[in-house]
Amino acid sequence: MTYDVISVKNLSKSFGGHIVLKNFSAQIPLCGVTVIRGASGAGKTTLFRLLLGLEKPDAGEIVGMKKRIPAVVFQEDRLLPWTTALDNVAIGSNEARAEAALSRLGLCESTCQLPRELSGGMKRRVAIARALAYGGDILFLDEPFTGLDEENKRIAANALLSANVPILVITHDDAEAELFGEYCEIVID
Amino acid sequence: MPSKRKLLQTALIALTYLAIWEAVSLLVGKELLLPSPLSTLSRLAVLLTKGDSWLYAGLTLLRIMSGYLLGVLAGVLLAVLTARSRFAEALLSPLRAIVKASPVTSFILLALLWLSSDLVPLFISFLMVVPMVWTATAEAIIQTDPRLVEMGKLFGLSRRQVVRKIYIPSVLPQFLAVCTTSLGFAWKSGVAAEIIALPQKSIGFMLYQSKLRIETVDLFAWTLMIVALSMLLEWLLVRSMRRIRHDV
Repeated sequence: MTYDVISVKNLSKSFGGHIVLKNFSAQIPLCGVTVIRGASGAGKTTLFRLLLGLEKPDAGEIVGMKKRIPAVVFQEDRLLPWTTALDNVAIGSNEARAEAALSRLGLCESTCQLPRELSGGMKRRVAIARALAYGGDILFLDEPFTGLDEENKRIAANALLSANVPILVITHDDAEAELFGEYCEIVID
Repeated sequence: MPSKRKLLQTALIALTYLAIWEAVSLLVGKELLLPSPLSTLSRLAVLLTKGDSWLYAGLTLLRIMSGYLLGVLAGVLLAVLTARSRFAEALLSPLRAIVKASPVTSFILLALLWLSSDLVPLFISFLMVVPMVWTATAEAIIQTDPRLVEMGKLFGLSRRQVVRKIYIPSVLPQFLAVCTTSLGFAWKSGVAAEIIALPQKSIGFMLYQSKLRIETVDLFAWTLMIVALSMLLEWLLVRSMRRIRHDV
């Protein structure tokens, strides 16, 4: 059975008595770009982690995620410090896909460099390339453009759109959301 | 390959220490208390021409290295077990604390009651290495960034791939460092165990004999052999570790 939406029903999550999400419900379309907004601490990243199955909800349910293969750009780069950009990108795929993804993001000169030899923006692009190379059927992007200049933000957004899979993105920045063209918006208060 | 400059520097340092040794020996003026470097080195050269010396050194090496390698293996297994299970950590950590806190001589004397004198140095080297490798490796496993592990799982890595691609490279620097440190401890405690347990064909036995007969030159020559063997082993270990780090 396939779903055209991810259905989030009455989701609640708290950490050590601190309520992060309370009775949150939403229908997340499985097409195009969906931007998740909310104030700092509103629970955007927690919602991501719940959708990805990295956290268990205290209450509520998520329907439509089980058979999905998510490719993720985390809030942090999460690169393996001991291996090259190419090996980092190829972690869930293969060298050919990794090289193509790095090239797409303008990093074909940096394939053999270790994360410590890359600038903050380059590391971010490696993290984006890793998600692209993985080839999941839905992209989860948590503040994907942090540390990128305008030109690289545009290049990265185009590369992500060219994957042609549903995209869920957390961003605070209207201008960054607009890089994806048309999008749906879900607000967490 | 070390550069010419570095070789020259090492030679100069060695010569300085030999000169100090010679000067102090001349000052003391009694070979019985402090033999000169020349007499020690000549005695070592004589020992090296004897087949028995090589046999004793080889058997000492075999005992200590067997204990060391078994200790590293046991340390890693215990580290994996206790890093994964809180119950195992609670159950086994008192044992680690006891081994760490007890004087090595107590264990040597106890081991003498339980084992043949040939096995005592092996057992003691093993016992010295296990808690060191265990503690450092377990800490490194626990300190592995959980966010990287989470990333690996989300990007479809199997449990075996997570171990190979994330845990092993993360743990490796601390593991290799403790392997080097514990080699020195294994060597020192192993020779100490030989001196007390006195397995017939061993450097420890020869050291004891030298002390018994007040042959200070022999005592120094055998000690020099121990130091040289220990340094050689450490050098070989560091070299192979560099290769391992490069390969992983």
